[in-house]
Amino acid sequence: MEIVVSLAVGVLVSAGVWLLLRPRTFQVLIGLSLLSYAVNLFIFSVGSLAIDQEPIVKPRLAANLANYTDPLPQSLVLTAIVIGFATTALFLVVLLALRGLSGGDHVDGQEERL
Amino acid sequence: MTSGHLVVAPVLLPLGTAAVMLLLGEGRRRLKVAVNVSSAAAGLAIAFALLLAVDAQPVPAAFGVYLPGNWPVPFGIVLVADRLSALMAVLAGTVGLAALLFALARWQNAGVYFHVLFQLQLMGLYGAFLTADLFNLFVFFEVMLAASYGLLLHGGGAERVRAGLHYIAINLVASMLFLIGVAVLYGVTGTLNMADIALKLSAVPVSDRGLLHAGAAILAIAFLAKAAVWPLGFWLPPAYAAASAPTAAVFMILTKVGIYATLRLWTLCFSGGAGVSAVFGGEALVLAGLVTLAFGSFGMMASQQLARLASFSVIASSGTLVAAVGFGAPALAGGAMFYLASSTLAGCALFLLVELLERSRQVEVGPQQMDDGNDALPLFFDAEPLSSTNLDDNEEALIGRAIPAALAFLGLSFTMCALVVAGLPPLSGFVAKLAMLSALLDIRSAHAWMLFGLLIGSGLLAAIALMRIGIRHFWTVGSVPAPRLRIVETLPIAALLGAGVLLVAQGERVLAYARATADGLHQPALYIDAVMGARPVRRLPGGTP
Repeated sequence: MEIVVSLAVGVLVSAGVWLLLRPRTFQVLIGLSLLSYAVNLFIFSVGSLAIDQEPIVKPRLAANLANYTDPLPQSLVLTAIVIGFATTALFLVVLLALRGLSGGDHVDGQEERL
Repeated sequence: MTSGHLVVAPVLLPLGTAAVMLLLGEGRRRLKVAVNVSSAAAGLAIAFALLLAVDAQPVPAAFGVYLPGNWPVPFGIVLVADRLSALMAVLAGTVGLAALLFALARWQNAGVYFHVLFQLQLMGLYGAFLTADLFNLFVFFEVMLAASYGLLLHGGGAERVRAGLHYIAINLVASMLFLIGVAVLYGVTGTLNMADIALKLSAVPVSDRGLLHAGAAILAIAFLAKAAVWPLGFWLPPAYAAASAPTAAVFMILTKVGIYATLRLWTLCFSGGAGVSAVFGGEALVLAGLVTLAFGSFGMMASQQLARLASFSVIASSGTLVAAVGFGAPALAGGAMFYLASSTLAGCALFLLVELLERSRQVEVGPQQMDDGNDALPLFFDAEPLSSTNLDDNEEALIGRAIPAALAFLGLSFTMCALVVAGLPPLSGFVAKLAMLSALLDIRSAHAWMLFGLLIGSGLLAAIALMRIGIRHFWTVGSVPAPRLRIVETLPIAALLGAGVLLVAQGERVLAYARATADGLHQPALYIDAVMGARPVRRLPGGTP
């Protein structure tokens, strides 16, 4: 479980960073999205990974992390997803505006001079 | 508990105002202006009332703690107003009101949702300054940034969109680093309440120390990127120079949010009493601040446009603050607090002046497109005389011509801004630098001497750069047509500079307040006790809480 999650985070981050450093705006956008997925998975993983455990307290079962999963990271991830989604959408709008104004999809608004 | 509700008011007021203005739709500009201005003024008044309420409490413990959800402390979100928060809130309110008044002349008409975005920006700022919960800080950061993306693009144009794209990308990445830092700190300490984190830090086992330090460092990178500390601050000059004047003026306080967050968390978690982790990262902060200060100063010298020069002065002031904070010395931090107030007010006035000066310049020689950051070397265009220049002394008598009032106002304001930014007497910049320099003399380490030298050197460079631009704008030969200024544009500049003068006139009291702020910051136990000691309001049977 830990290996799978950490591998997923690692692959997403490396792909995200690679795309983020590319010169095309759409690549940057996808890179940012991948990075935000990775960050969300990472937040999820700091609150003890567990299978088949709920965050809702049941009667006659002591409320500790041995019996339950931590509900707080889940709520943090939920907030982070919403905020990340909104800002990514905004970035997309700016991307389209820049494309309209410059006629190209280079992040600097003009192609590199060689 | 009326003072308690005062703590949450600066956040709720702009939120409510923004919602109301959204409902007003796209028209009804006059009504929106009235609502926006009165709300911004009321926000400033509330912030000022908070400051007075906090200042009335005994030194150095002064806290107004508010539990918005009325949950017991480590679980619910907590808002805390201490001296630092109140000071920052007053600065945000002042800068916001001034920029808004300035925008009424022209800029408010450039887009439909200017007023709504403006109020949301204020809400994010107030919230970031008042919250005592790490994740809530992230949320308010995002509110503030989301509004700032909109405001930066306000007015449109290819240059703004290009700068905006870079600004948004950088800030999204910084926000992700922020989240990673928060997650690591939560994983290590099991809490998001800042006071609770500071309390539990000493109990963190040695095996987790590395993780803790990594988390704190990642968090610091996110904050320092927002404060535009070298090498994380290259995004700032293009973005601030491209922004419309009122937006750039408000952004002046945005970099200070990064400084504020660094200062708050660092003094809380890693001050002298933090055991193994004491003063973790202090040296890195000092060095980063020193390099940033030097970078900002040289950037000011290299700038040909006033807007870029003002942007680099923001970087220089960030560098000064970060370096001064990193020493962890209360006396120095006290001077830095005074510097924070003075540089924010002067920088805001400078950004507003930029537009008026550029307008007078456009009347005169047409728009200058000098260093836009793309082409390598800026030209020194004053080496060649303009075609209308009068080189012959006998041709025209230059005596006896009255200076137009508008030009006199611009010249006077620019001189005052320059004096504050460069830290020359008799204005507030000098008092701030003097307070920091005298505190540095007591520290006597190699880094302290470096900061001492750099503070003086950067003042010289700033003075030279500003003087050069001033000469170019005001001492031009030939007839300079006076730019047309409106009262609503000159009023905020005059008010900001007046506030700067007030800082000097009330220097003793302001400096005492700044020192009390720094003393309180360097005794984190007071903050922790105040937050952890807060109890939810109990609902009385049959009555309101």
